[in-house]
Amino acid sequence: MYRYILNRLLLSIPTLIGAAALVFILMRLIPGDICVVRLGSGGSINPTAVANCHAQLGLDRSLVLQFFDFIAGFARGDFGTSMWSGKPVSQEIATRIPVSLEIALLATLVAVLIAIPLGTISALHQNSWLDHIVRTVAIAGIATPSFWLGIMSILVVLEVSHLAFGAPWMPPIDYVSLWDDPLRNLSIVILPAITIGYRYSAVTMRMTRSAMLEVLREDYIRTARAKGLFEHIVVNRHALQNALLPVVTLIGIEFAFLIGGLVVTEQVFNLNGIGRLFVLAVQNQDYTLTQALVMLTVAIFVVTNLAVDVLYAWLDPRIRFG
Amino acid sequence: MKNRTGWLAASLSFALSTALAAALTAAPAAAENIKRGGILTYMIPADAPPSLDGHKENTYATLHATAPFYSTLIAINPDNPSSSTDFVCDLCTEMPKATDDGKTYTFKIRKGVKFHDGTPLTAADVATSWQYIVHPPKGVSSARESYMVMVDTVENPDPETVVFKLKFATSAFLPALADPFAYIYKKETLEKDPTWYEKNILGSGPFKFVAYETGQSIKGVRNPDYYHEGQPYLDGFTAIFAAKQSVRVDAIRADRAATEFRGMPPSARDELVKELGDKITVQTSDWNCVNLLTPNQKKKPFDDVRVRRAMALAIDPWKGAPALSKIATVHTVGGLVFPGSPLAATKEELQKIVGFGPDIEKSRAEAKKLLEEAGATGLKFELMNRNVDQPYKFVATWAIDEWSKIGLKVTQRVLPTGPFYDALRSGSFEVAVEFNCQNMVNPLLDVAKVLPRSVYPENYGGYEDPKLIEIYNSMLRETDPAKQRAKMREFETYALDTQVDTIMTPWWSRIITHRSYMKGWKISPSHYLNLNLANIWLDK
Repeated sequence: MYRYILNRLLLSIPTLIGAAALVFILMRLIPGDICVVRLGSGGSINPTAVANCHAQLGLDRSLVLQFFDFIAGFARGDFGTSMWSGKPVSQEIATRIPVSLEIALLATLVAVLIAIPLGTISALHQNSWLDHIVRTVAIAGIATPSFWLGIMSILVVLEVSHLAFGAPWMPPIDYVSLWDDPLRNLSIVILPAITIGYRYSAVTMRMTRSAMLEVLREDYIRTARAKGLFEHIVVNRHALQNALLPVVTLIGIEFAFLIGGLVVTEQVFNLNGIGRLFVLAVQNQDYTLTQALVMLTVAIFVVTNLAVDVLYAWLDPRIRFG
Repeated sequence: MKNRTGWLAASLSFALSTALAAALTAAPAAAENIKRGGILTYMIPADAPPSLDGHKENTYATLHATAPFYSTLIAINPDNPSSSTDFVCDLCTEMPKATDDGKTYTFKIRKGVKFHDGTPLTAADVATSWQYIVHPPKGVSSARESYMVMVDTVENPDPETVVFKLKFATSAFLPALADPFAYIYKKETLEKDPTWYEKNILGSGPFKFVAYETGQSIKGVRNPDYYHEGQPYLDGFTAIFAAKQSVRVDAIRADRAATEFRGMPPSARDELVKELGDKITVQTSDWNCVNLLTPNQKKKPFDDVRVRRAMALAIDPWKGAPALSKIATVHTVGGLVFPGSPLAATKEELQKIVGFGPDIEKSRAEAKKLLEEAGATGLKFELMNRNVDQPYKFVATWAIDEWSKIGLKVTQRVLPTGPFYDALRSGSFEVAVEFNCQNMVNPLLDVAKVLPRSVYPENYGGYEDPKLIEIYNSMLRETDPAKQRAKMREFETYALDTQVDTIMTPWWSRIITHRSYMKGWKISPSHYLNLNLANIWLDK
């Protein structure tokens, strides 16, 4: 197992270098210049100031040197300084990662709590009215954009609170950390977590249902039932555990996506997370910050995939890693 | 304390009408029993400012976030911010009278003013800050360098005096001096590192800096040593960045924020008023902002004045403005000069200019004829626009529809702000939706936007025109109000009618909705003015 993990970690190095090369090239293909953007809001651009800015940011050096600097810094765990804000990139990310991580975890929790029981029930009662309802809810969840659901959920909260208490209420819009004020923090993150969790649960529910249907038709399930095992043991121990393999993969991929992919939802709820930082970094042509964010996302995907593979062995003892 | 320039008399009717409007929209703070304390929360409609340096930036995102921390030499009267002539001292002790035939202004600086780090603020700090604004050293950027074209030198002969010497007398100087971005920085810091203020804040204004989190919020706390006695009334403020309009509207509705200071569209105003009734107060004003449709004269067929003329003739602002005002933040038909200003064209004068004619059918018939003569019938082109809803996309969609009525086939290309400016500067566009947003209503400088780029770096029309420059220079140096007005008509007619260097769209309308408990603040014709929060108090 340890050897397998080590092998996988070593294999992730070319993946990371490939991603680094790609983001480095793509960022420099986007038209524009961060120094012009930085110095240009006043209209007139002083060429000497632009040249000074290039020198200060190291953009006057050759692209090869810039790339090796980036790779070397990344290997040392030094992401550099944001070209836009002047703050260390690690600080910029550290400020925002708790927001994104908290919402991703909560949304995953919401999704798992809804999707697995409902997906299982739906499979066990295939083509019943219960199955139809669950499938309708799932399809609605997949079809509804999270940002629209976010806007609607805020409006519903505003309207309901207005009717109930005479004054409209909505969650606070300035983020406080969980450790500083847990209640306020929860009131901020609960709506986005439910909004995202609903779509996430819809996808997971569909996957759970189809995986369960497939497993329930297997010979070993028939055998288990023929042996006279209780139905809940057949379902929970024999069917669900095996059906969870593709579901866990899906949950892993979705979780990794949520860390940096909540661009619009973060805008709707005014959350200062990684998704919003991503947009700002690209808009401002902040090479160092964008590169670091892409590398962070790639690293999260690599680690999540590895964690999913390790989970496979736990879920299905037949799987052994060589 | 108030300015008495030569053109005040000519401005009287304008000042009276705007003062009356202001009086109707908000009661004077002095007449009410001011309550102290509380934290004001307001929204900034942006993701984050490019930097915190007012000297370098020209965006409200910087100003709305940093103005409460800084002092300026003079400012618009916060109790009469709609006026374009009513200036008061901020750091000076008395508004000076010009000497030396209007070419020298001597300011005495308040004693006992301190920066927030406790060091004293002197005339040297004021003079150095202004020297960096007017004549920035090599490698330092100033957004207002070309704006302060009339200033020759800024000196401080002693620790309490600052002297501005002008190259020529002009009534445009004092309004330019009241620029809200002209923060007074510490001389020592500025000389040591001119980029220090991009990422740091150290002022002498009504609020001391507490914290800034990029993309989230900026916070300030009351400056107990503030030199305007009794002010500020608030204990502090929190400004929250929120680029999405729906977030800002919902936040005001749920009282998570008291207001935002840029401006909201009519639909948002109506929603808040309907929902909150007398708990919300609405202040409105004409806005010193306008979108311009600028053809790139370096590209064919826009180098042909007949084509540009046809484009202007197709648009009917008289019918368009009232219709657009229902959905977008535009309202008033006007020429190059802010409507209502003494230098602005009257309706009769406007109607003589191409694109403002009273008979649109006749204008469009003429437009079709001109296109035919120029061999541009059915011309297809791209209108480049900025990725901003209000009012850019509304104005562009309207213009495209108007152009289709003379057979022009126009598509809209919307770009984020960075690439948009890049395309403007590199000239890689056919026609662009530009904007001219200024802070003080200072028409002599505001109209400089249409001057060729060799004179005004923010012009992207791709033309050179010595005659236009000549008319402008003569107008800028003219101090007699009547003659100045006549020269402005000549300038406007030449730019909009003879050359059709740009096509006007309706001027913007500023609508500010704020919680009724927020008192003491009055709307101005600019989202750059009256933002240091010193006079705001909360009636809670």
